[in-house]
Amino acid sequence: MTYVNLDHISSNPLLPEVKQAMIAAITHDYHNPSSQHKAGEEAAAALEQARAQVAGLLNADTPKEIVFTSGGTESVNHAIKGVAMANADKGKHIVTTNIEHNAVIRSLRRLKSDGFTVTSLSVDETGRVNPGEVAAAITPETILVSVMHGNNETGTIQPIEEIARIARDKKVLFHTDAVDSVGIVPLDVKNIGADLVSFAANTFYGPTGVGGLYIRRGVKIFPLLDGGVQEHNKRAGTENLVGIIGMGVAAEIAARDIVPRGAYLKGLKDKFLRELPQVLDEVIINTHPVHSLPHLVSASVKYVEGESVMLMLDDEGFGVSTRSACATGSLRASHVLLSIGLSHEDAQGTLVIAFGIDNTAEQVERFLNALKTVVTTLREISPLYKKSAAVR
Amino acid sequence: MMYNKVVMDHFRNPRNVGTLEDADGVGEVGNPLCGDMMTIYLKIKEDRIDDIKFQTFGCGSAIAVSSMLTEIAKGKRLAEAKKITNKDVAAALEGLPKNKLHCSNLGADALQLAIRDYEDRKAGITRPAPKRKDEHEHSHGDKCYCPYCDVEIDDGVTFCEACQHDLKEEH
Repeated sequence: MTYVNLDHISSNPLLPEVKQAMIAAITHDYHNPSSQHKAGEEAAAALEQARAQVAGLLNADTPKEIVFTSGGTESVNHAIKGVAMANADKGKHIVTTNIEHNAVIRSLRRLKSDGFTVTSLSVDETGRVNPGEVAAAITPETILVSVMHGNNETGTIQPIEEIARIARDKKVLFHTDAVDSVGIVPLDVKNIGADLVSFAANTFYGPTGVGGLYIRRGVKIFPLLDGGVQEHNKRAGTENLVGIIGMGVAAEIAARDIVPRGAYLKGLKDKFLRELPQVLDEVIINTHPVHSLPHLVSASVKYVEGESVMLMLDDEGFGVSTRSACATGSLRASHVLLSIGLSHEDAQGTLVIAFGIDNTAEQVERFLNALKTVVTTLREISPLYKKSAAVR
Repeated sequence: MMYNKVVMDHFRNPRNVGTLEDADGVGEVGNPLCGDMMTIYLKIKEDRIDDIKFQTFGCGSAIAVSSMLTEIAKGKRLAEAKKITNKDVAAALEGLPKNKLHCSNLGADALQLAIRDYEDRKAGITRPAPKRKDEHEHSHGDKCYCPYCDVEIDDGVTFCEACQHDLKEEH
């Protein structure tokens, strides 16, 4: 039986068109896009075509607002540190939330050791930030608000438009880490009113190791990498052209397919959520019922630990990820799950199931059966399950 | 795969799972805060571990540790069983990932508590039922170690300067 990938939040398979374009690009042996001769110009043309394709996906004003990076992590680091360094004369205060990705959290920690102060807002039990609290947290010293778009652990989407409007009214720059959203849900930078948007190609079936940062024209930002004048002086270093060409093709297809793609993914997710109670009791769904990524479900299975579930599902032929403390390597419960009010105990049994366009309804059914088998086995081993049953 | 074949075998086919209704001794360690809880049930006959069962809430290594411990302890005289350490269990499993050594390798502790429970009952000593701990607990001596790089760290620190890892209170 073939292995079923239900871990599309970690990565996605390349679209066939993307693969073809990248193979063609390797075969073509492009020169350096910064070179002034004909071979360089040809490479530069390919680079700019990809930039236009990505700009189209985000509805940027001009392709110049797109900077290519090595992925979501670099984009986020660039946005936060670059804005902080370039605007430190105006103030040294940044507003964010408790549920950000480590790329945001650790970039901000680095800045704290450099004299910046950070206000990190809590979320309600559905995982959403109250925009009113963002407004209240902004001070005359605030130079940046950074709030994630779709959360990688719960799938919950923040009220980004409202938060962006608040930041704009207060003349504070607004960054959103949209690494898990761009290419999955329609995201129009002009509609949102964001100044900076981080994204990654592998979210929308492009290659890993390539991403981008949307920087609205006029935003004051320093490069993260100093060196040459590539990327309009915003990101030094010869571009990863093969990866960028792949990203461009993936972006063009995402822009074309985003509505049916989202509907297909949501169909799989809805089926899973509808049928889950028929196979398992005592599961907490951490994903917002309305405001969430169409492909992601976070489910905390009570009385079992996520890594065990993940390992047994792996044996059954299904790849999922878990946010249990034991499996994350950090040996601590996920800050996101604790922020939405889960107990340490319940957070331990949290699985992240992320559907992809390569999954089918039949796979969802087989997965539900496998999940039932695995959880039943582990609950039989668990001392917590028996205790809980006695209480009931 | 982060676990070796022996660990995966014990995780996939755990030995001696369950409870013993009329157990002579019961020992429970760990807390769900760290992610692992183990309960050991003993049946003692003529100073020997006649039967042993376990229940575990925890990761792959926690289940494998419990299973291996029961295999090592079964049939042993109490005097010998008292010498079993967490290190012995990890060695029998041919090693555990470094970051799991300090958290999920608690099987021998549960066994020792179960033996003490048996001896207490025999001597007619009643101790208050141990409360489930929700706080930081040292299961490995007085020192704290980073679960990632194993350097010694101070109690209560939340960040390992040596390897730049976030920590909570469970080191």
